[in-house]
Amino acid sequence: MFLKEYFGTIYKSIKSLLVGMKVTGYYFTHLDEIKTEEYPDNRATLKMFDRFRGEVVMPHDDNNEHRCTGCQACEIACPNGTIKIITKQEILEDGKKKKRIDAFVYHLDLCTMCNLCVVACPSDAIVMAQNFEHSVYDKKQLKKILNQPDSKLMQGVE
Amino acid sequence: MKILLTYSFSSLATYIHNLLAELITNSLLLQVTEMVILGVSLIAFLVVLCFFLGYMERKVAAFMEIRLGPNRVGPKGSMQIVADTLKLLLKEGLTPDSADKFLFNLAPVIMVIGSMMVIAPIAFAKDFQLYDINIGVLYVSAVSSLGVIGILMAGWSSNNKYSLLGAMRSGAQIVSYELSVGLSLISIVVLSGSLSLGDIVRSQENGWWIIKGHIPVIISFVIFIIASTAEINRAPFDMAEAEQELTGGFHTEYAGMKFAMFLLSEYINLFVVSAVAATLFLGGWMPFHIGGLDGFNHIMDFIPSSVWFFSKTFLIIFIIMQFRWTFPRLRVDQLLTLEWKYLLPISMVNVILVTVMAIMGWHF
Repeated sequence: MFLKEYFGTIYKSIKSLLVGMKVTGYYFTHLDEIKTEEYPDNRATLKMFDRFRGEVVMPHDDNNEHRCTGCQACEIACPNGTIKIITKQEILEDGKKKKRIDAFVYHLDLCTMCNLCVVACPSDAIVMAQNFEHSVYDKKQLKKILNQPDSKLMQGVE
Repeated sequence: MKILLTYSFSSLATYIHNLLAELITNSLLLQVTEMVILGVSLIAFLVVLCFFLGYMERKVAAFMEIRLGPNRVGPKGSMQIVADTLKLLLKEGLTPDSADKFLFNLAPVIMVIGSMMVIAPIAFAKDFQLYDINIGVLYVSAVSSLGVIGILMAGWSSNNKYSLLGAMRSGAQIVSYELSVGLSLISIVVLSGSLSLGDIVRSQENGWWIIKGHIPVIISFVIFIIASTAEINRAPFDMAEAEQELTGGFHTEYAGMKFAMFLLSEYINLFVVSAVAATLFLGGWMPFHIGGLDGFNHIMDFIPSSVWFFSKTFLIIFIIMQFRWTFPRLRVDQLLTLEWKYLLPISMVNVILVTVMAIMGWHF
């Protein structure tokens, strides 16, 4: 009984060690499985993952229209005051007054890329971009206004 | 082509000897000159070898961990190790205030000398051996354990608790595993009937011992590889260094060139252990021969003997490197359990098996 256990241990341990060596041997002989990317060299062909969170951007369509209604849900959702929305009153063609955004101010230097603003947005006006090369020499350049100049609210969002 | 095939290191050595004999008539001076040339070329060879092994280790590690490894300095990162060596050379060789200064500076030297001395009886190619001592196997197993003195010295003189712990672990480890290494060497000595490494290689002319001696020799080969990995303090038996627990173990306090000497001796030890394993079990410089097949044997003879030796050695080096990047480190108690409960009893029984086999003539 003792001998059976003794040799059983040896058999099991050698088998498990060989399984481990098989894995490393597989990776050694299959160099196309290498996951490392030579980053600055492959900048032209670099493809980031869809779920990577680089910075908040506001997509605009061809007519320079965005989907932000200025509801400020993102500003409330943001845990560290990264977003500041400045609104204005706009008179529409039929004479009604409406609240519209004047500037969507986004402080990249405060942002932790937690994605809560994107989740909170009821009209899908903001998304996370995949770019990550954010280094600048002047801190002021990190304060961004996301809506483009003279942009309008898209029809039918509100 | 003809020249390439018949070329061997021994003809080069004879040529240099004749050249020097013409220039220097005094026999004592001639001997001293040849020894100096030999020593310098050996050190140069070992340093270049360690550069290569360092590069190889980093690349093997990277590929096994699905990484690229060094790839910036030089083509495919091959000059990275030169850059690292330059960095170590330029660093300050700090000696701690409360260290035992003499022993602290002596320890790396002893480590390097201890590992370089083992090279002497190893046959690198046909008729190319620094010193064909008739007790080669005994010499190798005796001198290769000198390293533990250097480790203990480094650990004690550093006056640091981590260093001392690492050195003590290493002491326990090397003393234990020495037994298994010795017993697995004995099985080959029993079969070949000689302690001289040159004779052991020549006894494998009709087949390597790992083939001729079948199961018992394969067992002792595996035991030798495991135990010598432990003896040279490499992962998974790198308790003496154990970065995560002991911040580097016995060489915690070392920096600069003294640290580089520890690295050097580690890689020389790796080479020596693999060379000894290749010599004893895989036939050293002897080409792959199958008894009876003369045509096949003749084709194998065309490959130079040094190529055979180095390809076998590097195969074993690769296996030991793969151990390092595959297996997790053992705990101290597991380490001693492995030796005293498993390797030692098995190798003792194995020696008896080999002896019976040798007496009854059951090997090929």
